[in-house]
Amino acid sequence: MIRFGTLCAVLLLSLQTAFAAPPPERLADPALEARAVSLQKELRCLVCQGQSLDESGAPLAADLRRLIRQHIAAGESDEQVKRYLVARYGDFILMKPPLERDTLFLWFGPALVLLFGAGVATIVIYRASKRPEARPR
Amino acid sequence: MSGEIGQIALCLALALALVEAAAGLFGAQPEGGAMRGIASGAAMGVFVFVALAFGALEWAFVTSDFSVLDVANNSHTMKPLLYKITGVWGNHEGSMLLWVLVLAIYSAAIAFAQRGSARLTSAALGVQGLLTVAFVLFILLTSNPFLRIDPPPFEGAGLNPLLQDPGLAFHPPMLYTGYVGLSASFAYAAAALITGKADAGWARAARPFMLVAWIALTLGITLGSWWAYYDLGWGGFWFWDPVENASLMPWLAGTALLHSALATERTGAFRVWTLLLAIAGFSLSLIGTFLVRSGVLSSVHAFASDPTRGVYILIMLGLAIGGALALFAWRAPQLEGGASFEPVSRESALLINNVFLTAAAATVFLGTLYPLILDALTGTKISVGPPYFALTFAPLFVGLLLLLPFGPRLGWRRGDAREALRILTPAMIAAAVAFVAVLAFASPRTLTGALSFGLAGWVIGASVVDAVQRRKLRAFSAGALAVVLAHAGLGVTLTGVAGVSLWRTEVLEVLGPGETVAVGPYTLRFDGVVAAQGPNYQAARGDIGVLRGGREVAQLHPEQRLYPAEGQQVANTAIRTTGFSDLYVALGDDRGSGRWTIRAYFNPFAPFIWFGGAIMALGGLASLSGRLRRTAPLPAADAISVTP
Repeated sequence: MIRFGTLCAVLLLSLQTAFAAPPPERLADPALEARAVSLQKELRCLVCQGQSLDESGAPLAADLRRLIRQHIAAGESDEQVKRYLVARYGDFILMKPPLERDTLFLWFGPALVLLFGAGVATIVIYRASKRPEARPR
Repeated sequence: MSGEIGQIALCLALALALVEAAAGLFGAQPEGGAMRGIASGAAMGVFVFVALAFGALEWAFVTSDFSVLDVANNSHTMKPLLYKITGVWGNHEGSMLLWVLVLAIYSAAIAFAQRGSARLTSAALGVQGLLTVAFVLFILLTSNPFLRIDPPPFEGAGLNPLLQDPGLAFHPPMLYTGYVGLSASFAYAAAALITGKADAGWARAARPFMLVAWIALTLGITLGSWWAYYDLGWGGFWFWDPVENASLMPWLAGTALLHSALATERTGAFRVWTLLLAIAGFSLSLIGTFLVRSGVLSSVHAFASDPTRGVYILIMLGLAIGGALALFAWRAPQLEGGASFEPVSRESALLINNVFLTAAAATVFLGTLYPLILDALTGTKISVGPPYFALTFAPLFVGLLLLLPFGPRLGWRRGDAREALRILTPAMIAAAVAFVAVLAFASPRTLTGALSFGLAGWVIGASVVDAVQRRKLRAFSAGALAVVLAHAGLGVTLTGVAGVSLWRTEVLEVLGPGETVAVGPYTLRFDGVVAAQGPNYQAARGDIGVLRGGREVAQLHPEQRLYPAEGQQVANTAIRTTGFSDLYVALGDDRGSGRWTIRAYFNPFAPFIWFGGAIMALGGLASLSGRLRRTAPLPAADAISVTP
């Protein structure tokens, strides 16, 4: 029962209606605000499941949205804001994992599979075209 | 009482499943003739008892029997009847029972249909029986829905309000019919390996089950996506959430399997690969079940986590996949060489389709499991979100769609690429028109949008060309219709995905009564919020007038609902659709003095996402109806013998 209660609390926190940046949080300059919105789409809500900061209704997400706006208003570039957040929360906050030694296979895996598949397919097709057509019934 | 009936029925089902497994596997031997009838009977019996157990749990939910722990934890007397019925699978224990029920239905169907040779059917039932034993044991040992609680509480804890939606009635059963349905292909493939006769017979026998599973999976994913779209309140339709990925992987493998099996049946090509795909498809279903049910992921779908369940499923996963692959490694090398075909031919096209689909499935697999594995190995936590899939999965699908129109236009064994190109000219024109139209009229003008619509025009145009050609040749069979619909559906979905992703308009405003805000071609007028009372919730109900060209065209009523029993608040969105675009409105929080936050989207082409899914499923149905009407096997292409 306790577990169910906790689950409810977690759901309550994470699944309320999502609101990206209600007007009071909004930056006055539309260009800066647009940058903030596109940044919060690339960053992950740390306490919810797979939602971006843009979609999340969790209080921490709202704090981070405000934080992003403070940094943007202070004249930082998108990269600087990201670096700041990664230093605080780790790579986990990035929706797009960085290309590092640890993520090499993640990023190049799909291409490798495709190349491998293409190689195998070429061999299969080559062999099939060399196989004699008529086979005994 | 119903709890005990369910418990006993489940135990009897376990016993009969053991009989099914043993008799089925003995019956697979040449001298096991006497066992085969027993295996079929046992499969029917398992179905009867699992259905009885499921009925007993339904009864406990409908009558709000809170002496059953599962009911007490997940139901409530005030819940509408629909959600008492569907709430049975809105929790871990009940959803596993639904899983087993679907498995039992497929086993009974295999026993009833008796497709393929008697030995093949028997072996397939043996494999289904083993799977049933494993899953019924899993339920009885770790996830028993019939456990009692003493003393019973006066009231249940209720069901997550997000799940209190008609979507719950359709999405999970449909998805499970697909997920679990891949077990039939798996069982037939394993049966072919066990009996040592891995010709095209097993694929022919398994085809209807393959199709049913694929149709259900397509519809299940489509329904899930639609449900998330209107239920979750921020207008997204696909989040690349691990749980969604868990359903996409079997779909990709299943799609590859349908195509590869086509070649195996017609010409005997790719026999080994088709076997492997059938094993992989269901293995991915099992991995998906593990991801969703074990608690390694937490999401709306993971109702509660318990590590013992994870360990059990992992062991089961290892045995099923490992066993099947071992069988494969032992028997597959004994298969004789494959078919003969030219580099330009239907077979090559199907092979290339499979390369792309397999790479796509592998990409989703990597993106879903990499963070878990990396965390386990190094403790580094990373997130793999939509940007990753946009860079990896999307290009693979672009490649697939570029080549897709050629497949149906190439002949078996030997195709004519130049002739195919000539016939496809109208499709190229359609693509060019779509491309130019987007560049000329769309705003904002994006090259990605133009390319996406061009690609969709190419695919849909090619389907139309295909239909016209086959009518001309009087060769418009159910199978041809299936190809036309399934391929066109993919193009339609692409249109929707591109439309929403590239041209959605979003507004977020705090509005007082009488104030307006523009979104897309519409103007929304906020007319205030009234209190409303639902069966088990209280709602703040927004009144929003929708104006277009100064005229009021609709009234929308998005709600904020408070479910006191569960202590949760959820938004209920309001959508006005024209069939071409959606106006999507959600009510946010109360900002005081009659002012509320309103979030609204204009989603051009959004309905196409789900129309496309439905069209694809219709294609599957067309193929299925063709299969069931035709009793004789397909003629082998060019009268080439397919027997090895």
